[in-house]
Amino acid sequence: MDFNPDIAAIRLGYGLSARVPPPQTADAFLRSVALSVPDDHAVGMDHVRAAQTMLSDLNSLRKKDPEAASVKEIRQQQRQMRIQSAEAIRHRFARAAGDPGGFGERLVQFWADHFTVSGGSPYQDLMAAAFVDEAIRPHLQGSFAQLMFAAETHPRMVTYLDQDRSFGPHSWIARRRKGRDLGLNENLAREMIELHSLGAGAPYTQKDVRQLAKLLTGLSFHLRRDGNFRPVMAEPGAETVLGQRYGGDRPASLDDIREVIVDLAAHPSTSRHLARKLAVHFVADDPPQSLVDRLDATYRETGGDLPSLYAALMDGPELWSHFRQKVRQPFDFLVAALRALGLDQQRVLDLPMRQVNARLIRPLTNMGQEWAMPRGPDGWPEAAESWATPQGIALRIDWAMRQPRVLVPKLPDPRDFLQAALGETASEALKWAVPRAESAREGLMIVLASADFNRR
Amino acid sequence: MLSRRLFLKSTGLIGCSAAAHPILSSIAFASAPGENRLVVIILRGAMDGLDVFQPYGDPRLRKLRKTLSAGPKNGALDLDGFFAMHPRLEPLMPLWQAGELAFVPAVSTPYRDKRSHFDGQDMLEAGTGTDIDLRNQRDGWLNRLLQQMPGLRSETAYSVGLSDMRILDGPAPAKSWAPEAEFDLGPQAQRLLERVYHDDPLFRAAGGQAMEIAAEGIGRTVADAGPSRDVRALAKFAADRLNDQTRIATFSISGWDSHARQPQVLGRALDRLADAVLTLKQGLGANWSQTTVLAMTEFGRTVAENGSGGTDHGTGGAMLMAGGAVRGGRVVGRWPGLAEGDLYAGRDLMPMRDIRAYAAWALRDLYGLSRDALEQAVFPGLDMQDNPRILA
Repeated sequence: MDFNPDIAAIRLGYGLSARVPPPQTADAFLRSVALSVPDDHAVGMDHVRAAQTMLSDLNSLRKKDPEAASVKEIRQQQRQMRIQSAEAIRHRFARAAGDPGGFGERLVQFWADHFTVSGGSPYQDLMAAAFVDEAIRPHLQGSFAQLMFAAETHPRMVTYLDQDRSFGPHSWIARRRKGRDLGLNENLAREMIELHSLGAGAPYTQKDVRQLAKLLTGLSFHLRRDGNFRPVMAEPGAETVLGQRYGGDRPASLDDIREVIVDLAAHPSTSRHLARKLAVHFVADDPPQSLVDRLDATYRETGGDLPSLYAALMDGPELWSHFRQKVRQPFDFLVAALRALGLDQQRVLDLPMRQVNARLIRPLTNMGQEWAMPRGPDGWPEAAESWATPQGIALRIDWAMRQPRVLVPKLPDPRDFLQAALGETASEALKWAVPRAESAREGLMIVLASADFNRR
Repeated sequence: MLSRRLFLKSTGLIGCSAAAHPILSSIAFASAPGENRLVVIILRGAMDGLDVFQPYGDPRLRKLRKTLSAGPKNGALDLDGFFAMHPRLEPLMPLWQAGELAFVPAVSTPYRDKRSHFDGQDMLEAGTGTDIDLRNQRDGWLNRLLQQMPGLRSETAYSVGLSDMRILDGPAPAKSWAPEAEFDLGPQAQRLLERVYHDDPLFRAAGGQAMEIAAEGIGRTVADAGPSRDVRALAKFAADRLNDQTRIATFSISGWDSHARQPQVLGRALDRLADAVLTLKQGLGANWSQTTVLAMTEFGRTVAENGSGGTDHGTGGAMLMAGGAVRGGRVVGRWPGLAEGDLYAGRDLMPMRDIRAYAAWALRDLYGLSRDALEQAVFPGLDMQDNPRILA
């Protein structure tokens, strides 16, 4: 089937925008991924460290001498950090709302979910924002190995999966502090194999996980120390992961970790795992084997070249023939609604923070997708049944009844809105129903609550 | 002389304020808004006037409607020996008896034939004729009224609720307020959603339960209960504002689109309308005597009952007026009759007068606006004709 820009924008992006048309060719869609590189608002770890160091200093000052730092100063600093993470969330909404095709922003979301980290405290929230801007955005267009290395070694991944608490049992520190029983933490090693590369069910053993955990020792993060590798934590000697020997002859360093990541990325199981995951996310919960096979072959032939995988998604008939087999997750739903309502990047950035909280961030939580708080390192569920629940749909109906009125100065005519939101893809039932709504408000609600709009 | 059409282009379409227009700056209010209060309620979904004010004295009614609008023998409240009021408006009967409730049985906007809710409501709120493209018409007639007011303050006019009130849109300042808790998924919206979900098994199953949850209200304060709590909240807020600086308030009540099971659908909507009016009266206290409430709908419904116990989109419909300032207890305007030759397009009640004429005369008597200002600026192109004297 021929390339269809509207269907591509709905399936690969965040739906149609009332403001900007999607790129008109498959090539243009691919090129548009470049728009999703870090921009001027990117959050960096330098900034996060400085903010948290200041907070931590205030806290220890106050511990020593309650006169030296006031509770007010501490609260002020925490508040500042919370505002910054809320601004980062607003920026994610704004970029997704403004991107003509939306493919790059969807890939940001896909890879950030593949390499799940969470927020939590103001500090962790800001680190999670930095993770997206530093580990994901710059590597959307390279090889999977480069992306994986950036993700696994980022401070937020290192702290989220407890790598900063993993000590080589024979490392310099462990030998010096025998009484403290410092040892390995396998968390990152396990998820690197099971979730990030080979996938559960692939041919690996607990011994591979254990060996990789030893190999990863030294990769760490400390607020007050530069760099992310501490040789004093590293287990001396060589490790063997999936039959390959790493390190041993030289002092432990990040190079060993880079090597094992390159090999994990090149593993045939990784190719199959990622092929299936991309197909599930972009095409169907139960994807056609032809598509998975094509993605798998592309990955192996190109050595995990990401743009080639993106092109392969559009190449065959599956993207077009399996239209609307996916249900939009709550973030996708809200962004798609903003786009259909005609809010572009600047208009989302102009929303006062109070509005962002009330109209976007809180509804996201209510709909079951609290920002940066997935239930585990395996990220958000993909199955339609996970999202199209009675409660979930009720919350989308509720949002559609209340929020458009306050997000735009004037509600569009529902018939124009139907066209803006779904183009030529609206079903006959929806085209029949929308003009029969009693009011503009209900007409918009029916579009936004419809299965047409909530599927992609 | 400035033609009406040209005038409209220079105000509505280009969007400059009529008050600032050199020719019109002298045509304005006789005085500041004073103590008179106006509430405009838009009844979204097309109210079946023939069922709300049932012309049971017309023998053809029984032939056209087998089950609906059965008159006093079915519980409707006789008003004058010809019309009877729907039983669900019984709470308003004391107002009728006190001369504070009246209705016009057969009116409409100039909108004809297409019978689309949106276009009908747009025209009702724009207050324009058929010579204007409604999608480009950005201001409503209440806003154009404000543009004529000296001493206008931002709180002079309020739109209340989550519905988009185009009637008050425009360059003149006005305030709006919506209770966070308002949520009303009407029967028509539910019916349409069911249809939209029908062919999608996942959404059909989950969506059905979702509508029950949504109709119950999500995160709503439960202190005030009952199916009309949302409109009561709107009316209460409007009354509070009107007791203070506000003189004009507008909100809408939806739920009138009774294509099927009309007794239930209309009954529920009428409960809400009655509660809204009584909440206004109660909240306004002594100010009720200086208040006029106009309840207007986009068009009426077919004179004949359809096969599913409902009625479909029509043309002529009823308008309800209430308030201490209204000369009530009477039927206002003429009755067209229900004989085949009396109907519009052979199926709808014939409108006997433009609904805007009633609104225009109300504005003239409330605020002393000149007829020129009303016919050129507020309702461009309207011929007001004679005064129906709806105010006491």
